[in-house]
Amino acid sequence: MKFIDEYRDSEVIRSLLSQIGEEAVREEGYRLMEFCGGHTHAFYRYGLLPLLPERVTMVHGPGCPVCVLPISRIDAAVALAAKDDVIFCSYGDMLRVPGSDGKSLLKAKASGADVRMIYSPLDAMKLAEQNPDCQVVFFAVGFETTAPATALALKQAAERKAPNFTVFCNHVLTPPAMRAILDDGSLEGSMDGGADGSTVHGIVGPGHVSAIIGSSAYRFVAEENHIPLVISGFEPVDLLESILMLVRQINEENAAIENGYSRVVKDEGNPQAIALMDEVFDLRGSFEWRGFGMLPDSAQKLSSKFADYDAEIRFGVTYGEAHDHKACRCAEVLRGQLEPEGCSVFASVCTPENPLGACMVSSEGACAAAYQYGRHARGDQ
Amino acid sequence: MSRKLDLEQGFVDISFGAGGMASAQLTREIFAPEFSNPILNRMEDGAVIDMPKGRLVVSTDSHVISPIFFPGGDIGSLAIHGSVNDVAMMGAKPLHMSIGFIIEEGIPFSTLKRIAVSMGEAAREAGVSIVAADTKVVKKGEADQIYITSTCFGVVSDEISIGADRAKAGDRVIISGSIGDHGAAIMASREELSLTSSLKSDSQSLHDLAAAMLASGIDIHVMRDPTRGGLATSLNEIATTSGVGIEIDERAIPVHEGVRAVSELLGLDPLYFACEGRLAAICAGDDAEALLAVMRSHPKGSDAAIIGEVTASSEIPLILRSTFGGSRVVSVLTGDQMPRIC
Amino acid sequence: MCLAIPAMITALHDENMGTVNLGGVEREVSLALVDATVGDYVIVHVGIAISKLDEDEAKRTLALFDELGAELDGLDGEAS
Repeated sequence: MKFIDEYRDSEVIRSLLSQIGEEAVREEGYRLMEFCGGHTHAFYRYGLLPLLPERVTMVHGPGCPVCVLPISRIDAAVALAAKDDVIFCSYGDMLRVPGSDGKSLLKAKASGADVRMIYSPLDAMKLAEQNPDCQVVFFAVGFETTAPATALALKQAAERKAPNFTVFCNHVLTPPAMRAILDDGSLEGSMDGGADGSTVHGIVGPGHVSAIIGSSAYRFVAEENHIPLVISGFEPVDLLESILMLVRQINEENAAIENGYSRVVKDEGNPQAIALMDEVFDLRGSFEWRGFGMLPDSAQKLSSKFADYDAEIRFGVTYGEAHDHKACRCAEVLRGQLEPEGCSVFASVCTPENPLGACMVSSEGACAAAYQYGRHARGDQ
Repeated sequence: MSRKLDLEQGFVDISFGAGGMASAQLTREIFAPEFSNPILNRMEDGAVIDMPKGRLVVSTDSHVISPIFFPGGDIGSLAIHGSVNDVAMMGAKPLHMSIGFIIEEGIPFSTLKRIAVSMGEAAREAGVSIVAADTKVVKKGEADQIYITSTCFGVVSDEISIGADRAKAGDRVIISGSIGDHGAAIMASREELSLTSSLKSDSQSLHDLAAAMLASGIDIHVMRDPTRGGLATSLNEIATTSGVGIEIDERAIPVHEGVRAVSELLGLDPLYFACEGRLAAICAGDDAEALLAVMRSHPKGSDAAIIGEVTASSEIPLILRSTFGGSRVVSVLTGDQMPRIC
Repeated sequence: MCLAIPAMITALHDENMGTVNLGGVEREVSLALVDATVGDYVIVHVGIAISKLDEDEAKRTLALFDELGAELDGLDGEAS
């Protein structure tokens, strides 16, 4: 398949690995964070981690919008789905995520709730038009890659004055999350490398989020945190090329934002998408993130212009005090402070069939990836 | 004598479940004509079958899939192929089948007839006689259109010993053709995904391919048709049962472009998509090329390929080697594959 | 947040919709956020095109990789 296969070419991959091996010579090593859950998944899927030279280690970041959504919002989604005349539309990723008391959208469906898996928010709008007697609620989740699709569906709803379509908006933003994880004391970047080995020396930046927001959104990473960031695609060649670019910057004690996904990402991002999101969404003052608590200006809600399509308003959604399962340590995994394998319930009590937390359910969750692909990946081969 | 069924316009109503006569009429007028064979045509309470020499092999499966008609097949032909294949995987010759139907009130006779025709064709192609059949009707909502339970009886000669516990270090793994066709076709045909494709299920009987392989005299250790859970699940099960490890090579596994496309689009893995017309065979390393040649010379095995080997290391049941030397664990599928956006 | 795939536009429709083709599988997607036409490749995510693939950029970076490979081949033959 064009523009996919070329970036999986084994010769190129081997060359890049070789080159990284040659250039990654710094004594203190290269601790790199891939922020985006999709990158985490890709590293595991292609078996790249054991192939990286020992000096290069990857820390998994919190860029998994499913994983960072707090339990109280899952509970609210399940409650909406359970309403009698509601058709609740959700991406597949969210269906198994556990809320309080082990509830989930999938379990609600088994108990009779009308929960439908959809591929696109535009399909949810179609369902609304086909089912005028029902309330169609779309569970909007995701970072800036996904928010524009929600925005398009809302524009459509407004244009057609859809009386039965609302969005339960849980879109979150990348730069605030990146700030939070970099400003977290335990991961503060410093170019001389921390003695405790917990600093991050470089960041593999999200690819498709950047297609929307562009590269300038990350300037603070270079200017304030003095850490290099390379925007990366998702194929093995992309990931390795980005690692090579980071290694080079680190060697030169440089901290710049580089675009390693130039075939898809423009420095200015996608201006049409940005303008659309500005019109449809407003910033929430603060939003709760698993792993980070309340972060200011980190999430989106519908703007007042679209209040008629806001599920939180139409259904008067309230949020209880809900906590992660007692044994769940997703928060630490999301902050890059705990490896999945280091969690005492990993693969024993907490499994994809019986997940205690979102990190084990979402396909981009570090725990799910480690369980599926990498439980024995380190060292043995 | 009751009126004959209006096969074109009529539909099943609950009276067909109420008494023996009514549901017998469904069997008699819709299914039996398509399944016709000397034993069934006697319409006795029980089918009397001469005991063949060798050991009896039996397999049962229930089919509740939706949609009941899909590109490349339907629930009926799937039921025939599935049970025939289960028996054939033991090295047995499939001979007879017994079918149970649970039918939801409201389903048109024409739908049932379409399924019956398809089953008759599949059974004849597989060389099996459907010697017993029963239908029951349930109220609307108590079943999803039609459920089918199929049982296949076959006979295996005493010399043959094929089983999931016979894989040994040094063996090779051979697949009879491209993987994931059925699962990908079903996924692509799901209405809510709105995909258009020419993907078709690979649903077919493998009795003749298996027979050709056995006739070669090669000692086949394991045969398995990778249905639910795909090739990954089947190989995991075999490795675990045999107490070995299996390593497969991504480059060697045949996958159709459309199946790859659906997988990439939805974030799924062809290794977990069901195959309904493929078999995986495991034999000694020295026999692999010969077995491969036998399979390739059969129309149902023309794309067969050696895809991996069995190792002594049993810690990880299944490992996939990627094209560039990376490798990853391939675990058993947990739950259904769900399209994802992340 | 990220599952997005390059697919080729094969047809344009009303209301900013288009048909894209990936390996023979087709879907209708929204082209409202890109300036692209039949024959272009777009990155598709949840039913919308989020970016048009810059084929010149792709060619340029792939050529760089080829160079890298050649370089390594040229060095005492041990790299590949």
